[in-house]
Amino acid sequence: MSLFDHGVAKLHTLLKEGEVTVTDLVKESFDQIERTDEKVGAFLTLNEDAFEQAKRMDDLAKTADNPLFGLPIGVKDNIVTKGTRTTCASKFLENFVPAHDATVVERLHDAGAVTIGKLNMDEFAMGSSNENSAFKVVRNPWDTNRVPGGSSGGSAATVAAGQVLFSLGSDTGGSIRQPAAYCGVVGMKPTYGLVSRYGLVAFASSLDQIGPLTRTVEDNAYLLNAIAGHCDMDSTSSTVDLPDYTKTLHGDIRGMKLALPKEFMSEGVSDGVRKQIEQAIETLKSLGATVETVSLPTVKYALPTYYLLASSEASSNLARFDGIRYGRRAEADALEEVFTYSREQGFGEEVKRRIMLGTYALSSGYYDAFYKKSQQVRTLMKQDFAKVFENYDAIIGPTAPTVAFKLGDQLEDPLTMYANDIMTIPVNLAGVPAISVPAGLSEGLPVGLQIIGNHYSEPTLYRVAHAFEQANGGFKMPQL
Amino acid sequence: MNFETIIGIEVHAELSTKSKIWCGCSRTYGAETNTQTCPICLGHPGVLPKLNEEAVNLAIKAAMALNCEVATDTKFDRKNYFYPDTPKAYQISQFDQPIGFNGHVDVEVDGEMKRFRIERVHLEEDAGKMNHTGEKHSVVDFNRTGSPLIEIVSEADMRSPKDAVAYLERLKEVLSFAGVSDVKMEEGSLRCDCNISVRPFGQEPFGTKTELKNLNSFSNVLKALEYEEERHRKLLITGGVMRQETLRFDEAAKKTILMRVKEGAADYRYFPEPDLVRLEIDEEWKERIRATLPELPVARRERYMNNYGLSAYDAKALTSTREFSDFFEATTAAGAEPKAAANWLMGEVLGHLNKSDETIETMKLTPGALAELIRLIGDGTISSKIAKRVFTAMIEEGAEPKAYVEANGLAQISDENLLRGYIVDLFEAHPQMIEDFKNGKDRAKGFIIGQIMKQTKGMANPALLDGLFHEEIAKR
Repeated sequence: MSLFDHGVAKLHTLLKEGEVTVTDLVKESFDQIERTDEKVGAFLTLNEDAFEQAKRMDDLAKTADNPLFGLPIGVKDNIVTKGTRTTCASKFLENFVPAHDATVVERLHDAGAVTIGKLNMDEFAMGSSNENSAFKVVRNPWDTNRVPGGSSGGSAATVAAGQVLFSLGSDTGGSIRQPAAYCGVVGMKPTYGLVSRYGLVAFASSLDQIGPLTRTVEDNAYLLNAIAGHCDMDSTSSTVDLPDYTKTLHGDIRGMKLALPKEFMSEGVSDGVRKQIEQAIETLKSLGATVETVSLPTVKYALPTYYLLASSEASSNLARFDGIRYGRRAEADALEEVFTYSREQGFGEEVKRRIMLGTYALSSGYYDAFYKKSQQVRTLMKQDFAKVFENYDAIIGPTAPTVAFKLGDQLEDPLTMYANDIMTIPVNLAGVPAISVPAGLSEGLPVGLQIIGNHYSEPTLYRVAHAFEQANGGFKMPQL
Repeated sequence: MNFETIIGIEVHAELSTKSKIWCGCSRTYGAETNTQTCPICLGHPGVLPKLNEEAVNLAIKAAMALNCEVATDTKFDRKNYFYPDTPKAYQISQFDQPIGFNGHVDVEVDGEMKRFRIERVHLEEDAGKMNHTGEKHSVVDFNRTGSPLIEIVSEADMRSPKDAVAYLERLKEVLSFAGVSDVKMEEGSLRCDCNISVRPFGQEPFGTKTELKNLNSFSNVLKALEYEEERHRKLLITGGVMRQETLRFDEAAKKTILMRVKEGAADYRYFPEPDLVRLEIDEEWKERIRATLPELPVARRERYMNNYGLSAYDAKALTSTREFSDFFEATTAAGAEPKAAANWLMGEVLGHLNKSDETIETMKLTPGALAELIRLIGDGTISSKIAKRVFTAMIEEGAEPKAYVEANGLAQISDENLLRGYIVDLFEAHPQMIEDFKNGKDRAKGFIIGQIMKQTKGMANPALLDGLFHEEIAKR
């Protein structure tokens, strides 16, 4: 029994009643990290002041109104934290200590959540297995010979392993949802612009979005409540009025129209995953929803489109890591060499691969064929989604085509690795929200059901996910 | 062989905003190095740009003042390159949709009116400042990083170095009068790069161009272009082949020095800036800016000539800078007669400024004081000779003319009875003088007036005195 078996709402009550203290919760986190993180490898940096902070908060907990007050959270290491090392799991930023907090971190502090530490990831969020961390791999708590998914592998594994109540990840092409699916937790990629990107170290600016990873749908809604909303520091941040996401969870889904794109159930999907998703569809139908097969014809172009656009933006976003002002600086005699050697030594293989791809795609003479063409495909893909949402409340399908694969299995084969994200990437390209919710096990490993909605339809997604979770049984903790 | 010179110019002007273009850092010139910085302008991981609306306002204003069309739907792009003065390793600029386009300025060069077209005016951010001081190291000052700039690109319409300087002078004047930039070349808030090529007269294609960078004054622009024009011509005459080069001008050696040979166009891998939304400038916004456009120098000059009766030369001199022209406007607004104000400004005031370190903005003289001085001369309170003395006190010590005149007893003696008394007394003491004067000896008058001036310490009103002398002599 873990204190985190209680969700946000119950813990909030216990804290107010004095049954549980903030120190108890922080201790629960550190004890579990102590017990399991050698195996899991979720944390890169721990917050050494956490107990101090907890002690100061213990007395305030009884009168605190914010439901997140005193709750332990892990933050992906590409979200900057003032005074706490933020590495992006890259050698380049191994010793980088930011001078400011990300907007989401500020909001978590305002809410009273306690940051336990910074979570491992694929270097600069580039990867689908977390094997691209420059420091250590993250292992899947369900089977430590398997990957947790990526790039927010640490964020998913830490929640699954009961090390924190919840965590923040970032999702550029499935980086929250795919690891959530592999680790059996709930992961939400919000509508582009819903959560401020200020302080998220940019990978692909037009696709990146921060989102919550939690044990339950309800907790996910609590965490999104805390971080969503307009931020003046982010020009792409949305100004729409936001609902209280916890208020719209309950209620049935009778009469809801769900669409299953046939492209999401194609031959690339493993039998085990297919079986679980078919079962999930039956569950949803039994809850009163209708499910019809549709087509998203442009989805087949999603991978090349994504890799061109994301890598193009990344090649520019990561150019600031030049060895001049912060981060790694190679010893060199000439300016060119400072740039070249610092980057050569500081970046890992996958990061270099994508910088080269993006640099090439943006080069004069290739721009029209690659970058511009990709933007046009992206527009078509948005239209594809919009057309489906004219007639359906949400789109469903598997989050990933397989369950978690073995460490090292796909490391030498980038293209197979990229294919893990085939169902998640279109969502980022369209800028719409999607959630991955646990949908049982296959071969003893979690399968994720992805629910995709129209822009700002997070309340609908939570409602469908919540109904499904209640019917299906919800979070299960792996034996570690 | 006859040659034709073709010149095109790129001007960078810093906009006069209080803060930088993407962050709230202030941008005072001359501040201690790396003190006007923050994580945003230093390009730290995770930061995002936030557009300073005032920079857009000024860019629109500049575009309008240069007769450009103003874009309705525009955007920013990233220009990617590695250099230590550019912390993000890209400059946020505008690639294919500049904020202003299709503009022009009309300038008179050697008596001929010429129109120089402006291809585009776009908004972008400035880089930091590199200082190559040490032998092994260079240092960077990021205070300037992220200052808002406009780049003004001319068409290749100039046909001589003189054209180029006339264009630049007009540009500087317009930007200054429009209040969009303080256009100080010495502080780097106005910078220009010139492209020059030479072709045989009548030939259609342009010759190979060279680019002159970092020209720090208009006189150097002229010298550098003249040098370069000659170099191109000589090379063409002798059958040489011009390389596409980037050069700088060595002031001491009075020649251009090769910086680098251009091998093909640099690839900046422009793409739309994903951290900023598109910039839409609707008609209401444009009208709001148009309403703030002040009277530009050409219009001012016409008004000075038509309404004040000033000569073209005076009108031009008075509008040489916005500050000078504004001072003139303020002086006439304070009641000074325009012609007199013009004479004082172009004579004594300019003379003083040329001798001192002061500027029209820092000097102690105020428009109100100058107007008062002019009034004191006009109503005969002081003579023009005394006025010069008062002026000196005004400009050197900030003296108030009326108070100064009173305190120092500088008012002229215009009391008729008093002056007449002096004349009568002198006629009685020196009757010979009356005789002499009547016999045509003008010296006699000189003697009488001189004596009175001596007795009044030069304070007698000379015009009045002259009249009274003739009145009295006629009586005898």
